[in-house]
Parts: sequence; structure tokens; C-alpha cells
Amino acid sequence: MPGFAKTSASKAVSKKGNLGNTLHDDALQNNGTLLGADELVLNMGPQHPSTHGVLRVKLKLDGERVRGTECVIGYLHRGVEKIAENRTYQQFAPYVDRMDYVAAISNGLGYCEAVEKLLNVEAPPRARVIRTILTELQRIASHLVWLGTHALDIGALTPLFYCMREREEILKVFEKYCGARLTTHAFRIGGLQYESYDGFEKDVERFCNDFERRIQEYVDLLTGNSIWIGRTRNVGVLNAADCIALGASGPILRAAGVKWDLRKAQPYASYDQYKFEIPVGTNGDTYDRYMVRIEEMRQSRLICLQAIEKIPEGAIMGKVGKVIKPPAGEIYHSIEAPKGILGYYIVSDATTQPYRVRVRPPSFINLQALDKMVRGHLVADVVAIIGTLDIVLGEVDR
Amino acid sequence: MADEPKPPQSDSPKPEKPGGASTPPAALKPPAAPVTPPAAKPAPPPPKPPPPVQVPLDNELTRRYREHFGAAILDALEDRKQPYLVIDVANLSEIARYSRDEEKFDLLEDLTDVDWPRREKRFDLVAILYSFPHNTRLRLKMAVAENERPASLVELWPTSNWLEREIFDLFGIEFAGHPDLKRILLPDGWQGHPLRKDYDILLQDSAWVRENLGIESGQ
Amino acid sequence: MNPTVLTILHFLQTWWVELTCGVVIVAVVPLVAGYVVLLERKLMADMQARLGPMRVGPHGLLQPIADAVKLLIKEDIIPAESDKFIFWLAPVISMVAALTSMGAVAFGPAFQVARDINIGILFVLGVSSLGFLGIILGGWASNSHYSILGALRSTAQLVSYETAGGLAIISALLLSGTLKISAIVQAQYDQHAWFIFLAPVAGFIYLVASIAETNRAPFDLPEAESELVAGYMTEYSGFRWALYFLGEYANMIVVGSIATTLFLGGWLRPFPNVHWLNWLDFLPAVIIALVGVYCIYRAGKQPVKVQTGFMWAVALGCFAVAFVFAALWLLHLFHRFGVLIPLNLDFILPGLNGAFWFLLKVSGYIYVFMWLRFTLPRYRFDQLMHLGWYILIPLAIINVFAVGISMLLEANGVNRWIGMVLTTVLVLAAAVFLVRWHDQRTESASTASLTPDSYAG
Repeated sequence: MPGFAKTSASKAVSKKGNLGNTLHDDALQNNGTLLGADELVLNMGPQHPSTHGVLRVKLKLDGERVRGTECVIGYLHRGVEKIAENRTYQQFAPYVDRMDYVAAISNGLGYCEAVEKLLNVEAPPRARVIRTILTELQRIASHLVWLGTHALDIGALTPLFYCMREREEILKVFEKYCGARLTTHAFRIGGLQYESYDGFEKDVERFCNDFERRIQEYVDLLTGNSIWIGRTRNVGVLNAADCIALGASGPILRAAGVKWDLRKAQPYASYDQYKFEIPVGTNGDTYDRYMVRIEEMRQSRLICLQAIEKIPEGAIMGKVGKVIKPPAGEIYHSIEAPKGILGYYIVSDATTQPYRVRVRPPSFINLQALDKMVRGHLVADVVAIIGTLDIVLGEVDR
Repeated sequence: MADEPKPPQSDSPKPEKPGGASTPPAALKPPAAPVTPPAAKPAPPPPKPPPPVQVPLDNELTRRYREHFGAAILDALEDRKQPYLVIDVANLSEIARYSRDEEKFDLLEDLTDVDWPRREKRFDLVAILYSFPHNTRLRLKMAVAENERPASLVELWPTSNWLEREIFDLFGIEFAGHPDLKRILLPDGWQGHPLRKDYDILLQDSAWVRENLGIESGQ
Repeated sequence: MNPTVLTILHFLQTWWVELTCGVVIVAVVPLVAGYVVLLERKLMADMQARLGPMRVGPHGLLQPIADAVKLLIKEDIIPAESDKFIFWLAPVISMVAALTSMGAVAFGPAFQVARDINIGILFVLGVSSLGFLGIILGGWASNSHYSILGALRSTAQLVSYETAGGLAIISALLLSGTLKISAIVQAQYDQHAWFIFLAPVAGFIYLVASIAETNRAPFDLPEAESELVAGYMTEYSGFRWALYFLGEYANMIVVGSIATTLFLGGWLRPFPNVHWLNWLDFLPAVIIALVGVYCIYRAGKQPVKVQTGFMWAVALGCFAVAFVFAALWLLHLFHRFGVLIPLNLDFILPGLNGAFWFLLKVSGYIYVFMWLRFTLPRYRFDQLMHLGWYILIPLAIINVFAVGISMLLEANGVNRWIGMVLTTVLVLAAAVFLVRWHDQRTESASTASLTPDSYAG
């Protein structure tokens, strides 16, 4: 029997559903369902407009209410960790972009910093600052994709195009910087390969100055909209204790009320130099996650503005040779990716190829929380909840 | 656009014609020796960083662990400023419970595995714990033999449900007490555990060819 | 002659008008619906900072034709276990209902599509409700989970909002006293006000109800892509799907026509009774001519040559139409001032003007539909039903009483507008109360269901 059969009807708490108590008591005798009907197993995906990738979700329904889910993943498993064992450290760097392909630069940052820790070198200050700027722009881009698709799932057709319009500007910056828009491979182990181009600061500044007004557009369309609130408030609630128990991190954790951000707790790159707030929610529902991510976009914009004011001069590449052969040992380094805590556990055996690379994927671990979040909700909410988790299947499956 | 440091080229000019005037027509002779890159002066090697070493660790935390668990804590080391404890897998659940409840490591950040096939206990199960109140991390490493079944951590940290399924899927370690141990990333009927070191794509390919085409793969 | 041929000829002679109307409806309305689809795509694109269909024909004008051809030549896929006859019948019913209800609509004085029957509104409502049958049957015949769920949800939604919409219509009918479409418009002329000013809440309720009835966002859950693929339309492909789709847009036009007739004054121009504003009668021609001038202005700014030509063509078209209007006016003036021209086409003018105003209002109404679709997210099904039953229907009932009271007050000498304002305030207060009460219930229901139960993974 599938795992979720464990939560049998006998565990159902007497909830005051819309139909009152008595019917629910009947349900306890009737096969666990209202009216004693059979449970319907509805299969969503792997091809489905709203599962954001190849994700298969088996929903166990009682009428329209979801009683349990089972996620079937692995459709995008490419064996990235196995591949890593047969590539040199530099050769593996492009692979990490392809995991969370929506936020490739963050993946690259985590990996490069992890290997740098393994080598005990530090990227020079100029490289760190440029890395920070690009990573924050990437965070904004990732959240824009999330916002557009999430709103589209809930039925608002227009925010998607507005978000894509803004993201286009960011991708233009990336293209000017390293030639690629999506899977950028922007960073190198030890620092950067490319110097920032002429006009980089101007472009970023122009984008940031324009962006505040755009965020206000999204907020005007969605935040006060009673339909939006009705669709997202109290939907997919995950409180703080459950978040930590399930390992959910990132905006999900912050929306549950935990004011914690790895950029502040254990700063990396040049985050310790900038002032920014950590947005926190109260309920841990979809609406709070939406508010947290909108605010995170605003804070990322502030970080970018602070960073471009003083980019230090100097080298962009640290003292790393052409051949990277870290001494034997292991390292674990994690960063605050847009989706959550992205961690790299790298074991080196003193050769040019890593012995083991383990990626701690935030989307994989956040997706586990789906089962907890959808119980008791309607089918229409499942789509909203999958959207609010902000998963990228490339990262879930690797 | 590349700015990475290149080894300085020596100034000796490349030879223009291989062999000089006495070369027979090129069609009859294999091409002359390829132009060897000029013997460049080797670049001064980058200064080697001091080799990091796994240093034994002895601080408050490790002392408390050793107090509680004595022999179960096989070793306490620090590698590149990251502490880890090597523990006995038999005591995994007690040590885990202690870590979560007493030491306040409330987040199981990651649970993973490394395969050292030439060791007697080939697997190295690694649990990375993080404590929100103390803002510290701790790694717990334990050696697991091939058919050993470590205790599942699902009761303590529900996040390990899928993490353990993934380890089972890719390495083949079964966890005792896991509610639903089945493959997660690979299809249900998959044979083998790919992240083991003795599993490679040629193996996979020849197995498939043998099974489906009835011949030996020529790879 | 052969008696059968005689009977046929006699039949044709008696019914040729109706038959022609029928043929015209079946031929024209789907085409118009297709162009409404194009209009929607262009509007959507405009609101989303993009251009919409641009390739097929100048500015995408041949897109509906291309879509129609594509759908016609598509493979006809019928699910294996489905009930073939019903599967075939369902979209037909949907389309027939929409087209038949078009028949009773009048878009100008003496410009009825088919016939100005004395139960006009009732007929239109009744027949367009038959379209629900097409939806249920379609969902059932498809023999698939998704389709059944979608069909049932759609039907439940339609029935609920039909009730609310019907009650809103009753408010307007109270004011007009008749079901005949031309008489309703005449009543608005006689009472010197469009009914939306006399019963504004009814107009608004009807707006919401009609959006739900045509399955448009924010009430488009049954056909939302991200929910259940396409609900009852999931298994339909090719031209069968096109029939459903066109039926939906034809329904939109019907519903817009009803709203215009009942609330927006039908074919009356703004301020139809104010004589010093009679120059507004020239407005249709002026507006069309201005559109032409604007097209010429934009023609110079088009980036691509073919679009310049297109703009000029549109401008010339506008001027041609404006010229027709102007010519008719000139003729009318000549007759007024006794200039002898042996052509009396005066009877066309009011009809043409009326048709212009009617179409303008229907277009405005449909524009609001589309605008709401692109702006608002979708209601979840239970929220939709709550809105219909807990808020709209009680409000509509209260509104009927309110309109009755205001008519009573008017009959007893109170100024009509004061009566209207008083009753509207009452109804709005009731609306606020209903919404607050509803919010409280949903609040308590959802917080109660948040009892924490801890599951391990």
C-alpha cells in the first residue's frame, strides 16, 4: 500500500468542515470518505500545464478534497552526481547550471565557493562583489519566473508577461556579461573569468531604478485583489515547526515566521557588507510566501544598488592554478539560493576529479512538504500549492 | 575576453618550414614532425596553500558527545574548519536524538553517502546537521557495511524520508524503520545502484544489450 | 406543376424572410465570433505589452480564417469508449442554442435579427440556457474523469448564476413592463433614462452573472487549463471543439445584447430625449471618420510597409462607412429643405444610427468582459458557488424588492431619482452586510480546518 495510507480515517480530527460535524463523523465509518464513496486517484502529470516540469503527483481524492498525495519524481534524473565523479572540477561547473536552470548563477556560486573552500583560497574582493550583484539579479529573475507562473496557475494571465518583460532586462545583462542568458556558467573556481563589461553598473542601476515601479505593478494587480487573497490565504499552511522538521527552507521557512536567511546567518560572497532586511510572514500560507518573495525581490534590488556603488578594483581571479587538485578531504558549503538552502558536499581524494559531489537540492526537500500542505484542500488548491513551493524539476531530480 | 593568467610564452619564433629546403614533396612523405611548441619557461607555480589537514577536534561539543556516548564516538575531527564526528552506526538513533533534542540541531540539512569500495565497510553515511539557535553545523559520519541496515531517522527528522529513499535508490543502503523504502529517482524496476563506484555506464549498457538483444556489447 | 414543388414554393414564399435570417445567422455569427476571438487576442496582447497575432494577414486579420481552416482539416478524434451519437450531438446543441437565441435579438429599431417576438427576453434567456445541455452531454459523452468533473462544475456554476442573472433581469423588466425587446428600448426612451441609471445594482449583478454564464474569467474554472486541462472540452478536438468555442463567444454576444437592451438603452443614443443634443445623431459618422483620421495618422508610424498600406485601407474603409452615413444625412437634409431628389432613404437612417450605438455598447460590454479576464485571477469552485448563492442571489432578490419600492414611490409622487438613490443605498448596505457575513463564515470555516495534525513525512 502506498505510504499515505498510514493516515487512515481514524486519525482524522473532528474538523468543522463546511458541512458541519455530523457528516464527518459518518465519514469515519464510511471508508473514510463522505458518503462512503470510493477514493478517486487522480493523476496529475508528468505532462500537465501546471506541474512546472515533469512531475507526477498522484492525488487521492474524496470528492474534491485531497486526502493524500504521492509524488513520483525522477523523470528528469540525469545522474549529475555520477557525472561529477568523471569530470574535473572545472569541467563540472557547467553541469551545475543545469540543475536549477531558472537560477543558474546561484548554483554556480555555491559550487565555486565550495571548491574554493576545498582549496582554501578566497576569491578576490572584486570578484566577490560582482558575484553578489549577479546572484542577486538572478534571484530577482528566478522570483519573477515564479511569480509569473504562479499567478498564471491561479488564473491571472497578465502578470506573467510583465514579469517576463523585467526578466528580459536581467537576461540582457547576463548576456552582455558572459554570453549566455539561462545557463550562464558565469563564475569560475577562484573568481571570475570575465571582467564586468563597460556599462555594467549603468545597466544594473537602470534596471534597479525601473524595477521598483514594476514591483508596484505586480502588487497592484495581485496583493489587494480579493480573488487572489481568497485563493491564497490559508492555503497550503506550513508552520515553522513543520518547516524545520521537513527541511523546507528559503521563502517557505521565512513565510512561516522564522526570520533566518543564510546570507545573514553565515554570510558568503560579499553579503556581510550590505544592509538588507529579511522578510518574514506570519501564517505560513501561500499568501505569505507570495509576500515574502515580493519583498525579497525588493531587498535584492537594494543589495544590487548598494553593491554597484562601490565595486572594488583589483584582480578578478584568485590564486588558483590551471590544474585544480584539492588536498584530500571534504567540504560542505551551502548558500541561500532563491529556492532555499542549496548545499554542496564535495569529497576530494587529491586527484583532479572530485571523488563525490553531493548537491543538497532545495526543491527536492521542499517538495516533500507537498503532502503535508495539500491535505484537506481542494484539487484547485493543489496547483496553487505546487506553484508556491517554487520547485524546479531539474533540481529535484538532478 | 579571457583574463585568466596564461603562462608567459617564450619569445623563440616558431620554425617556419618543417625540415628546411630539403623536404621531399609533402604527398610522399608523412608530414614532417609537427611544430613543437617552443620550450616555454614553465610559469612559476602558484604558491601552494598550506595543506589542510584533518585535525583532531576537542571542544565543548565533542566533549559532551564523548561524555554521553563514550565509545560510540569513534573520532572527532575538523577539516577546513568544519567539525565532524565519526560515530558508530549502531548508535545512530540515540546520537541523532541527542543531537536534535539536547544539542538543538533541529535541521537535518542533508543526509548522504559516499562509497569507498576498497574499505571493509564501504559506505560512509554522512548526516549534516544545523542548529538554528546556535547557528552551527555538525557532520556525523558513520561507516556502513554493504548489507548493514542503519536506523532510519524519519521519526526524528521527517525530511529524511526522501533523503533515505534516495540513498537506497542510488547506493542500496536499506534503512530499518523507514515507512516506505522504495526507489525515488530511478524507475521502480531498475537493477543496480548507480552511485556505487563499481557501477558504470558500460556495465549498464552491456547488461541491457545482453538482455534485450542477446549479444555481447562491443563497447 | 408538381404539387410537391408547389408546396415547397409556397413554403418558401411564406417563410423566406425567416429562412434567410437563419442562413445569415448561421453563416455570419460564427464568423463574427471568430473575429471576436481575434479581438480578444489582440486586446490581451495589448494589455500584456505584446502584439498578438501579426503574421496571418495584415495585423493578424486573417487569423480566424486560418484557425477555422486548420480546425476543419484536423483529424477527428473520438474517444474509444465514448457514446458516439451524444459526443457528436453535444457541441451541436451548444451552438444551436447560442445561434437561436441570437435570432430574437434586435440591434436597431426594425433591425431584428429574426423577429421581434413579444416574449423576446424570455425567449433569449430560455434558449441560451439550453446550451447547458450541450455542456453536460459533452462531459458525459467524453467518458473521462476530467470531463465529467468539468461538466458538472460548469453546469452547477451556470445554473447558480443564471438564477442571479434572471433576478437582475426581472428588476429591469419591472421598470419596462414588457418582455418585447423593442418595447423595452422604447420604455427607456419614454422614461428618459437608461435602466442602468434606474437600477444600477441590477446592472452590476447582471454583469457578474453574465460573466459566469459564459464561463469567462474569473469564473472560468471549468475550462481552466491549469486545473483539469480543459474540463468538458478536454476530449474535443478539431471542429467539434471549435463549435464549443464559437458557441461560447456567440453566447457572449447574446449576453452583451441582452445587457445592452435591458440596461444600456439598446439602440438609443446617449440622452435620446434631450432635443438640444440632437446633433449627437451625427456622432456615428463623426466617430467613424475620426477613427479613419487616426488610422491615417498612425499609418505614417508603422514600422513595416505592408502595415502602412493596411492602415490606409482601414482608414479608407472608415471613410467609406462615414460617407454612407453622411450621404444619407445629406439626403435627409435635402428632403427637409425641400430640395427635390427622388430618393427617400430616410427610413434607413434611424436604423443605421441605432445599430451603430447598439454595436458600440455591446462592444463596450464585451470589452469589459475581456478586460476582467486579463486582470483577475480565477475563483476556486467553492468560492464561486459561495459568491453566487450567498451573495449574488440574496442581493438580486433584495434588489427586485428595491426596484419595486422605488416604482411604488414614484407612483406616489416621490421624485424618481430620489427614490432610486434611496433604494440603491439600501441595496448596497445589504450587499456590504452580505459580503461581511460571508467573509466571517469563510474565515471561521478555514481557521477551524487548520487544526494541526502532525504527520510524519
